[in-house]
Amino acid sequence: MTPLHLARHTVVTCVGDGLAPLRAALRTGTGGLTPCRFDGVALDTWIGEVAGLDGTALPAALADYDCRNNRLARRGLESDGFDATVRAAIARHGVRRVGVILGTSTSGILATETAYRQRDPLSGALPASFIYRGTHNTYSLAAFVRDWFGLEGPAGVVSTACSSSAKVHAAAARMIHAGLIDAAIVGGVDSLCLTTLHGFASLELTSPEPCRPYDAARKGISIGEAAAFALLERPPASLDADAVLLLGCGESSDAYHMSSPHPEGRGARQAMEAALADAGLTADDIDYINLHGTATPNNDAAEGCAVAALFGTRVPGSSTKGITGHTLGAAGALEASVCALALAEGFLPGSVNTRTLDPGIPIDYLLSTREAPLRHAMSNSFGFGGSNCSLVFGRAG
Amino acid sequence: MSAPHSLSAWIEGVGLIAPGMPDWAAGAAVLTGRAPFQNAPSVLPAPLLLPPAERRRASRVVRVALASGLAALEHAGIEATTVPAIFSASTADGHNCHALCETLASDDHRVSPTRFHNSLHNTPAGYWSIATGAMCASQSLCAYDGSFSAGLLEALVQAITSQTPTLLVAYDAEYPEPLFAVRPIPDAAGIGLVLSPVQTPRSLARIAIALTDTPPDPLAEPTLDTLRTAIPALRGLPLLGLLAAGGPGCVALEYLAPLSLSVSLDPC
Repeated sequence: MTPLHLARHTVVTCVGDGLAPLRAALRTGTGGLTPCRFDGVALDTWIGEVAGLDGTALPAALADYDCRNNRLARRGLESDGFDATVRAAIARHGVRRVGVILGTSTSGILATETAYRQRDPLSGALPASFIYRGTHNTYSLAAFVRDWFGLEGPAGVVSTACSSSAKVHAAAARMIHAGLIDAAIVGGVDSLCLTTLHGFASLELTSPEPCRPYDAARKGISIGEAAAFALLERPPASLDADAVLLLGCGESSDAYHMSSPHPEGRGARQAMEAALADAGLTADDIDYINLHGTATPNNDAAEGCAVAALFGTRVPGSSTKGITGHTLGAAGALEASVCALALAEGFLPGSVNTRTLDPGIPIDYLLSTREAPLRHAMSNSFGFGGSNCSLVFGRAG
Repeated sequence: MSAPHSLSAWIEGVGLIAPGMPDWAAGAAVLTGRAPFQNAPSVLPAPLLLPPAERRRASRVVRVALASGLAALEHAGIEATTVPAIFSASTADGHNCHALCETLASDDHRVSPTRFHNSLHNTPAGYWSIATGAMCASQSLCAYDGSFSAGLLEALVQAITSQTPTLLVAYDAEYPEPLFAVRPIPDAAGIGLVLSPVQTPRSLARIAIALTDTPPDPLAEPTLDTLRTAIPALRGLPLLGLLAAGGPGCVALEYLAPLSLSVSLDPC
């Protein structure tokens, strides 16, 4: 593909609002997971909860979108000057020429879960205050962001579980290359809710301790929530050396099982190979892989198998979910930001909470953060339904 | 702002499942006025490609998505394994969502693992790849009432950028009460379209798409237009009406206000 400029990016995670606290956590190897106290949920697990969302309101004109997911989105839009950068891009390109392509798996389902606890005892009706379209519906995230900026161009939500906000990069790049838009707001927002907490617990995939990606004794995921946004544009004539470009996207399907990965990571490998081909690179060109690394026994084994087959032990990699938890539909965009930080600043993020490497996974897994110049980074995101996406990013110089 | 930008491809196959229109042949007859529209519940075939256990458990959204997609591929004479599939729907499985929310509102929060993975928006896409063995990219989109147009745009863009045929599966199904009261979709329906970046001997029509300010066109027959506005996937019916009529023409489909999708067809 023709490279696209990651003109601005930002995140909100359990370690704080903006890139600064994420950078500090990556540099110092500290995580933000805490024991689950969310909404009275009595599960023995740890979560990555964003502080203060109950106190984050939406502007009156956008009140119909009010739910935890869109409050988290607002926090993201207001971090790292993202709002101003997008408004400047809209001034350059026009309200019809900036697309909104975002990923979510949860959307605002928490609003519906809450409404079901407030049904009319006689009629069973949901409370009148419940607004399905602005909260629960999967499109509500992109509708909120489109209205936040007063945009009138193409928009949509990609909802493919944990690959959602990786795949938005591919969809937005296609739209830009097809000439439909000049720039796109991409990203993902996923928020804590009962469906994912109890759902992953029902599959026995939630860890009773902070998740330990690729550890020999890993016990499952820590569910997190996050907002992550980026502005994708065609590159300007000249770029600073530390500018970051999206170079390639690869997508595939496992065709295997709804909630288990193919044991040898067949679809994962196909996505990584497709991303390399799209970027015009080979495995040896990659300097760092941000692994999907959910910390479930099966996921890390399957991904590790595919990474070992493709990269051997030549390319260092890590999962950063020990810091943020697995932010599901936001993970792809969040970890794209991790790659962008690593590329721009020249460091390899170590894995938080991982103590003893799994001897059954022969890859170069990073236990601690170290300085290193890097040119190209890959980010992996694999979701339920066998939906896989790998992205390749690179420095401009 | 740039001038309106047009994208084009060729339609190779159509699948349709809708109330009173069990398949594309029946739908074409109704849409051209050759047969009267008689409202009847959508008929959702069992997904025979799925293993028996999954087949029995397949929900209405999975049935309508798989059947309308497979019908379009069969019409086009193309194997599923080679075709990127773009799924677009305004909702996931409404009945499953209701059951999950009831459980989560009860004193016992334990949910079933199957209910959980069936709650995903991309469940039909997952079952599609399991049923067909297709390992190529698939997409699962949502744009509320603009979901048909969002899917059509993505399918066309993918066909052009990847230079391979692509499959659009736009589908929706109903919620039970109490969610039905806030999202009153009356029945399941699906439209499958196979788009090719190049003309082939099987091409039915050339399709060109542009973004436009023109408001969406209604269907001339009021009962059919009621269906178009009631089920998001059927916002694509005016395109199918044009294709069934067989002549060249242009319609505006609902997308995301103030934008509509201008669709021009030229029969082959």
